[in-house]
Amino acid sequence: MNLAVIDYGSGNLASAARGLELAASRLGIGARIAITDEPDAVARADRIVLPGQGAFADCARGLAAKPGLRDAMLSRVENGAPFLGICVGMQLMAARGLEHEITQGFGWIEGDIAPIAADGLRLPHMGWNELSFTPGAHPLLEGIEPGDHAYFVHSYALASNTKDVIATTDYGTQIVAMVASGNRAGTQFHVEKSQEVGLTILANFLRWTPQ
Amino acid sequence: MLKLRVIPCLDVKDGRVVKGVNFVALRDAGDPVEQASVYDSAGADELTFLDITASHENRDTILDVVSRTAARVFLPLTVGGGIRTTEDMRRLLLAGADKCSINSAAIARPDFINEAARKFGSQCVVVAVDARATGNGTWEIFTHGGRRGTGIDAITWCAEAAARGAGEILLTSMDRDGTGQGFDIPLLRAATGAVTIPVIASGGVGTLDHFVEGARAGATGLLAASVFHFGQFTIAAVKAALAGAGLPVRPIPSPRPSLRAPRSNPSPGTANGNRAR
Repeated sequence: MNLAVIDYGSGNLASAARGLELAASRLGIGARIAITDEPDAVARADRIVLPGQGAFADCARGLAAKPGLRDAMLSRVENGAPFLGICVGMQLMAARGLEHEITQGFGWIEGDIAPIAADGLRLPHMGWNELSFTPGAHPLLEGIEPGDHAYFVHSYALASNTKDVIATTDYGTQIVAMVASGNRAGTQFHVEKSQEVGLTILANFLRWTPQ
Repeated sequence: MLKLRVIPCLDVKDGRVVKGVNFVALRDAGDPVEQASVYDSAGADELTFLDITASHENRDTILDVVSRTAARVFLPLTVGGGIRTTEDMRRLLLAGADKCSINSAAIARPDFINEAARKFGSQCVVVAVDARATGNGTWEIFTHGGRRGTGIDAITWCAEAAARGAGEILLTSMDRDGTGQGFDIPLLRAATGAVTIPVIASGGVGTLDHFVEGARAGATGLLAASVFHFGQFTIAAVKAALAGAGLPVRPIPSPRPSLRAPRSNPSPGTANGNRAR
């Protein structure tokens, strides 16, 4: 299996790649995991992971900066390659980001990435928080339980979308923690920093056959 | 509900842990990666490495330490000490650090905070503030391990760092550091009242109650070094004390045997090696 971790100058890509390597070795899957910004490599990938840290607009710009990269990724995913977005990588799946300025996302799921309305609570929402979901709701959630903790760092979150949400967390208000739509999924939390819970989700992603 | 973060801090010099405790089953107590791995399974919520390497030639040793740690430990990792430029930060982040803690360089040139936040995002910019009480109800920033005063008011600086884009404040009381007398609670209250970003309390814990006091004063991260390294408290004991006081903590994760990483066999000769003495 060829797996592309998209490199567009954002964040801690090494941890995502190492998490995927460990998950693959546990599953006994021979996976070639490449951290890449080459459109050709992305176009050939069997699965695509898009990490992301920082501001929505910066990430969107970074992805568009490398000629052909964004288009190669969108077209490969639209042709069926399973996709996992992490943190801002998940946020980019939405229609629009409202951080600093209005920025277009991929439009794969409805809704905007809007400021967290956590009255009186500190932002960023930073640390371990519990996941709420209906057991069996999605193959990516297999092997984890409602109440398991994941590591979040963000000040913006997906708003105005209920149909693609598969897990939430509570920070003064219900915050979208995971989304899935067809062959595309995303985690607002850092799977690569969430110990066993994160590694389990990465392993689930590697063996996920979207219906 | 968001949980308090219990954060062990390891002092690393020339790639080796300073004051590392010889945990049971640790093959090399001086190896930061081994120590990090122990704290990982013991239930730490994040890890912090403070690089105290003095010589310029050995500064890159921390990159190797970070890289080897990130390959084994899937926890957020903060690295501080000697970070002067966004290029220093970039190399640490590429090696596998999640956040960089900046201190003197931000005081010398506050725009560094803005640049770092713009380049990497606020979430990976921790501003470390070393404060000392002035005696008249305020605190002054000190640098160089608490030896050099700056004349800058610590609380004003916390607010400025937040406004410039810091994602959190790591607040150390230089008066309390190493004393075991507990966090400087008035300092912590003043800082957590002045900013809306998370504040990590550091410096002075000597009892389990001190962690509780720090959380009640508004800190959402609680950092300690020697009480963990010298085995005075386990992470579990700290979390039990916090939970007992009604404060939110993440339970110690139980290993899931089916998902454990394949273990390498210990090489011959280590069985009676550096085990607990």
